[in-house]
Amino acid sequence: MISSILFSLILIFSILLFIRNCRKLYRNINLGKNIDRSDKSNLRFKKMFRLAFGQSKMFDKPLVGILHFIVYVAFVLINIELLEIILDGVLGTHRVLAPVLGNFYNFLIAFFELLAIAVIVCVILFWIRRNLLKIRRFISNDLKGWPKNDANYILYIEVILMFLFLNMNATDQVLQNAGYSYYGDYGTYPISLYLVPVYENLELSSIFIIERVSWWLHILGILFFLNYLYYSKHLHILLAFPNTYFSNINSGGGLDNLDSVYKEVKAMLDPKVDPYSTNNTNQQFQKFGADDVFDLNWFQLLNSYTCTECGRCSSECPANQTGKILSPRSIMMKTRDRLEEVGKNIDKNKAFKDDGKKLLNDYITKEELWACTTCNACVESCPIGIDPLSIIIDLRRYMVMEESSAPKEINNMMNNLENNGAPWPFNQQDRLNWINN
Amino acid sequence: MNILTIKELQNKGLQPEILFWVGCAGSFDDRAKKITKSFVSLLNKAGVSFAVLGKEESCTGDPAKRAGNEFLFQMQAVSNIEILNQYNFKKIVTTCPHCLNTLKNEYPDLGGKYDVIHHTELLSTLISEQKIKIDNSEFNGKKITFHDPCYLGRANKVYEPPRKLIESLNADLKEMKSCKEKGLCCGAGGAQMFKESEKGSKEINIKRTEEALETKSEIIAAGCPFCNTMLTDGIKNKEMDDKVHVYDVAELLDKST
Ligand code: SF4
Ligand code: SF4
Repeated sequence: MISSILFSLILIFSILLFIRNCRKLYRNINLGKNIDRSDKSNLRFKKMFRLAFGQSKMFDKPLVGILHFIVYVAFVLINIELLEIILDGVLGTHRVLAPVLGNFYNFLIAFFELLAIAVIVCVILFWIRRNLLKIRRFISNDLKGWPKNDANYILYIEVILMFLFLNMNATDQVLQNAGYSYYGDYGTYPISLYLVPVYENLELSSIFIIERVSWWLHILGILFFLNYLYYSKHLHILLAFPNTYFSNINSGGGLDNLDSVYKEVKAMLDPKVDPYSTNNTNQQFQKFGADDVFDLNWFQLLNSYTCTECGRCSSECPANQTGKILSPRSIMMKTRDRLEEVGKNIDKNKAFKDDGKKLLNDYITKEELWACTTCNACVESCPIGIDPLSIIIDLRRYMVMEESSAPKEINNMMNNLENNGAPWPFNQQDRLNWINN
Repeated sequence: MNILTIKELQNKGLQPEILFWVGCAGSFDDRAKKITKSFVSLLNKAGVSFAVLGKEESCTGDPAKRAGNEFLFQMQAVSNIEILNQYNFKKIVTTCPHCLNTLKNEYPDLGGKYDVIHHTELLSTLISEQKIKIDNSEFNGKKITFHDPCYLGRANKVYEPPRKLIESLNADLKEMKSCKEKGLCCGAGGAQMFKESEKGSKEINIKRTEEALETKSEIIAAGCPFCNTMLTDGIKNKEMDDKVHVYDVAELLDKST
């Protein structure tokens, strides 16, 4: 009875906490500007199925793809067991579904155990790969500190949860066999069976305690995990779905054309429009490009929360590969860090209070931004449809159109373009000279 | 070389099948001008009806856009579209993937909707239709590697036409370790062509050149005037310029027909 009440309270508390995190997430993402991604839902669904459910891009590296897929499928399926755990916890029952499902119950548990052992194997391989093999994207500077620890914590949590699940079943079997207290005879389980000998010489009362502790730690671990997500790169297990759905589905490498600029350009080229007319004055406040998260659109902000920090983008990035400080992964991580900071600022002050900081310069430096060749490799390589390039371009737009802070050579190029219609100092009248020389 | 502008054609009451968008590099850069001429020579061999804009052509605005100057880009785009919309033609063909990408993917929104293709796409159709015939390829059995320009490959998913052309020369096509979707950039895009690179451990074009040299090819084929420059510089830097040469796919084809 007491444990039922305690369980229910912890459950409700965790769920409320989770809802609070989700609302924060939603609020922060909506700090971004609007962008219409409501079109072509068919195509979008297809892309989501391919990338998020099917994880198609993960199979670019087949072995890693398979391991990741196993962990993902197992994770989702094992959580079906959660249903029973929650029912037991709230009702104060024990394996409430066993008598209901009969043989099928044993089949299910056996299946979950196989998944659990598969997860343990995969996660150990992942740990080795991440920590022992010197893979550049896992040892590079932008991953030092919290991001690296975060990745490992998750691996530890997964192993521990799976072990607790197996351990709970093993001790359960011993108690079942001995007909201890309320433990009915539900059968044996294929993997945890091998743990049974460990407990054979122990007092039944101690085994009972171990079983209960495993059960509790297992569910507490899951509830902890649920609320840890918000602070972790593991948010992608939820956000990969909306992120792929709302991602850019235009096939070509075109960048967006800024509407605000289009209006001005039309006005300038149209002799009927008086550039000094008062109608235009409100456009003076229009800001071109982005220097902070508020100027990015909500999809870009969603991207930043979705990023798994896997570094596939950075390892394909030509600038990163040749030792420049630009790393598209770190563009995403810094955007998230800034967005989180802004979110906390809002939590504290009700509305955002100027903190004298900006995404540009305080987080992402000009040196990073100017190193990008806009080659699209980061966009192409991201397994979940994130677009680091669009953020780079929006920040460049701010530097060029608002600050005029482009490198000198870029300004020269733009001057030529403006005066001669070519990035070099050649005359437009000479455009056909190639015919003769 | 007798080349008509689309305006001259229109004055005669004619219109071309194809508008050849030459691009700034193709018009002004000494190396790229040779590519322009090879492509024109191929068009003539195939008897394709084409014209150029000539003095009416102006930069698409790509380097400005990618540097972040949306304003300058749209000024270019809007005035180019105004000119293009005065004429009738079926397709725009360009030897520059940056022009291709901009005309094809960024102009439609601004009122310029055209069917735009890369010269390797047109050439590969002309080969299939046997309008261009390979006689005596001097590249028979030679090792040739193809560098995927970012704005042709990843940005516009054109991977096969240039490869098909190289194979039509009976050459031995060697792929670099990163190619197609994973092709490494030459380092010129995003207005990098016009500035020094940020500090790092290596220049991007050197890294790409090394990957090309690893294939032991005698020829590096490119499909972009900027990639061409970057890789040519890379070869010189590696002091391999007497053994390995960089050519546009159109140049290889022109030499073999
Ligand atoms: S687009 Fe820029 S950031 Fe992305 S991979 Fe290419 S150079 Fe790196
Ligand atoms: S942007 Fe995509 S590829 Fe890059 S680190 Fe994040 S999830 Fe990985």
